[in-house]
Amino acid sequence: MKNALSSLWQALFGHPVSAFGSVSFLLLISLAIAPAKNYFSEWRHYQKQYLSLIRGRGDAVTLQRHFHDGIQQIWFPGLGVVDRCTTCHAGLKEPSLADANLPQPFRRHPAIPHTLDQFGCVMCHRGQGPATTVEQAHSSTEAWEQPILPARYVQSSCGQCHRAPLTGTPQLNLGRNLLGRYGCVHCHTIKLPDGSAIQPTDDPPSLEHIADKTTREWIYAWLKDPQAYAVTATMPNFKLSDADARDISAFLIASSTPIPGDTAPASPAGKDQKTPDPAAGASLYGESFCASCHAVQNAAGNVVGGDVGPELTRIGTKVKPEWLRAWLRNPRIYDAGTAMPHYRFTDPQLTLLTTFLGNKTDSDLLANVHLDAATPEQIAHGKLLVTEYGCASCHEVSGIKKPDNFAPELTRIGSKPLTQIIFLPGMTHALPDYIAAKIRQPRSFGAALKMPQFNLAPAQIDALTTALLALTDRAHDLPLAQTVPAKPPSNYEPAGKAGELMADMACFTCHAINGRGGDMAPDLTWEGSSVQRQWLQAFLKNPGTLRPALIRRMPRFNLSDDDAKELTDYIMTVYQTPAFDRDSMPASGYPPNQVEQGRQLFYSKYACQGCHIVDTKVDKGYIGPTLTQVGSRLNAAWIYHWLKDPQIMRPGTIEPNRNMNDEDARALTAFLMTQKGSSKQEAKK
Amino acid sequence: MKRYLRTLFLVSLAVVSAKCARKAGPASALKPTAFGAALVESSGGKQIGATGTVLAQPLVVQVNDEQGAAVTGALVEFSGPAGVSFDPASGLTDSSGQLSTNVALGSISGRYQLTARTSTKTQKPVELRIVEIALGYQEQVGFQFDSKYCSRCHDPESTPERVSNYDNLETKPHPFTEGDTLNKMSDADLNAIISHGGPALNKSALMPPYGYTLNKTEIEALISYIRLISDPPYHASGMVYAQK
Repeated sequence: MKNALSSLWQALFGHPVSAFGSVSFLLLISLAIAPAKNYFSEWRHYQKQYLSLIRGRGDAVTLQRHFHDGIQQIWFPGLGVVDRCTTCHAGLKEPSLADANLPQPFRRHPAIPHTLDQFGCVMCHRGQGPATTVEQAHSSTEAWEQPILPARYVQSSCGQCHRAPLTGTPQLNLGRNLLGRYGCVHCHTIKLPDGSAIQPTDDPPSLEHIADKTTREWIYAWLKDPQAYAVTATMPNFKLSDADARDISAFLIASSTPIPGDTAPASPAGKDQKTPDPAAGASLYGESFCASCHAVQNAAGNVVGGDVGPELTRIGTKVKPEWLRAWLRNPRIYDAGTAMPHYRFTDPQLTLLTTFLGNKTDSDLLANVHLDAATPEQIAHGKLLVTEYGCASCHEVSGIKKPDNFAPELTRIGSKPLTQIIFLPGMTHALPDYIAAKIRQPRSFGAALKMPQFNLAPAQIDALTTALLALTDRAHDLPLAQTVPAKPPSNYEPAGKAGELMADMACFTCHAINGRGGDMAPDLTWEGSSVQRQWLQAFLKNPGTLRPALIRRMPRFNLSDDDAKELTDYIMTVYQTPAFDRDSMPASGYPPNQVEQGRQLFYSKYACQGCHIVDTKVDKGYIGPTLTQVGSRLNAAWIYHWLKDPQIMRPGTIEPNRNMNDEDARALTAFLMTQKGSSKQEAKK
Repeated sequence: MKRYLRTLFLVSLAVVSAKCARKAGPASALKPTAFGAALVESSGGKQIGATGTVLAQPLVVQVNDEQGAAVTGALVEFSGPAGVSFDPASGLTDSSGQLSTNVALGSISGRYQLTARTSTKTQKPVELRIVEIALGYQEQVGFQFDSKYCSRCHDPESTPERVSNYDNLETKPHPFTEGDTLNKMSDADLNAIISHGGPALNKSALMPPYGYTLNKTEIEALISYIRLISDPPYHASGMVYAQK
């Protein structure tokens, strides 16, 4: 053995003297390893490439002056940022390197509202900032879990600090909206840094009185496949077996209690009534602007209409006619908090609408549903299932309490450690992929999981993933001073009799007042300063067309004279802007030359006819409201101040600020106040 | 011992080759059952999306035979520049001769030229080119302002939600895709007409000024959007840097 070793030694190094030489040489080489590694490091390679790239350019001198040799570092101790990305990404700040054909990592960063010197790189892009190799910086390693965030989710990073919707982050805004709209937050609590929680916006119906409204067969079909009834339904599919759907429907019907007055005989006038004209029903549906909130799928398969209320394509197969009639008469008896207005329809109108909607049926839906009478065992099993699936997280169910924290809390889901995640075989081991897969197909992670299958488009899944990825530890632990909080939600309530009326007509479904309400119709916060009392009272009684191009308009609520007066008084008294005095300008009596000057300004200098109509014979623009009767509709001082700065009077209006001088604004006001319309025209309409 | 080692080696070789084979698997697994002669776009082209995100509508292409009838079971493969992903990247056409794919654009804003490929019976490739546009942050902000303030007049097409005012205007505005006209205008010209209205460039007063409504950054964002969607594409004039 020893001989063998020494012969090997001899063979390798020869004579001891030459062995000393070779070993010294080896030592030298091993000493050189460290500097060589440094010299041949990846980042030096990129820096050399960058230098040779800029050498031939016209602006080489400028670029070279900006370039710094060696490892670069952005360091913000307060934010915990140590980023060395700019070592290789050398051209991030160079405007002339914006060309999309330049190879990465040398391209300029696209224009965004923040600069590198504010937040560094990994705040938004994730990855490992201090790393100096591409692999370690971009990928997840054993010591670093957060790889680079794919570009499709990058808006999530904006959401770490910005709580309110931003113009530049439509995907994040959509995702946050969907968290409420699809009711994710009924089951998953999401707390915000300020201590509040994201609130659902979907308003799932109470099931306590469901037997009044629909049949057990429909419930069964709906539970089996909600989208077969309505393609736009947000109710997810629980993939229930036939027996489970049978038992749940049995329990829901059995536990339902009737409400007095929420059903009405289909045709109270007696037998002498003939079948109502379907065309009249359709036109009443149109005149009442039901389509502003409710959609219907047309023959071509397109869903047309609003998404505030449920889709009505097959409503006749769902609801009982006597319930529908009572609902249309006054929806607040069945559901006090519904977004549906109380229309005050007359009996013949109710018959028309009930028949029209009742005819929207689909015989295929319930064709194969045959349920025998429920047994007590089935009902008991149904109750168990309703508890197990957490139905009461969203719906009110008789006899079952709303469970607390039914599903895992998602408050910090954007920083969930990968070690806590069980990935599916073949999945990329990264948090965004996990979240997206969970939303796309929750049950693929285990058939016994309770989370149902939601019907979401790929873009919606990406948006939801983006919104969830924004919920990071950093988002929670940042000092509040460094975040941009959202406006706190308004819980404004109008007072008194008028307040009750406004709740009854569900004004806030479409209009916003003092920060509360929808954005379908104009903000009414300062409506009292804007309009004339007479016009408002008449409009409430019978709303006319103000904006011809809009398909969504104010419906007629058939208000009594007293109610219209009550509302008018309230609006004229309370909804007043402090910015000006309503009576500071007269309603009439402007000198003719000023009116004429206003007319010329209207048609030439400001070309208002592009968007507004004053003379129906010549003007065609129909973006803004028609102004033929603006002199009897709006207050003069409002018009004047509106012309001076529309954005201040109603934030978000699309009318541009024209930077008008006082004289022009006064002349235009004078001209507009003479547009009183003619009684003949009104009669024609 | 040797035999044991050899078996181990063989087994590991088999495992490795099986793994490799599985990697290459899906692409070759799809066998076309029919061949077409032409490839046409059904829907989903010329969409505008955000960088990195999935386009709102799927891209649908159709394979037709010589007579123009739909071909079922033809293999279609999609490809695009770096960063673009397709789900699925290839597939067989359905009973109506169509294949639908969800497209996610790359992380750089710009126009993406995508290619759909199928082959005829004689293995002659048939290609269809589709353009999709990805908006970066700035262009996306511009797009929002376009939809709020501009498109009602500048877009002649009406949608159910927005009736176009184009036909009502005496002087017709230029649609923002009208590259032949807009590409000739400099950024400064566009800035002037947006900030100060049509009369700033001796054009119609029907174009109102937006300089008191939008700020400088917002107008720049709008211009970057107009430049990106222009057809034919806009190439910035000015200094051209020689490249090696």
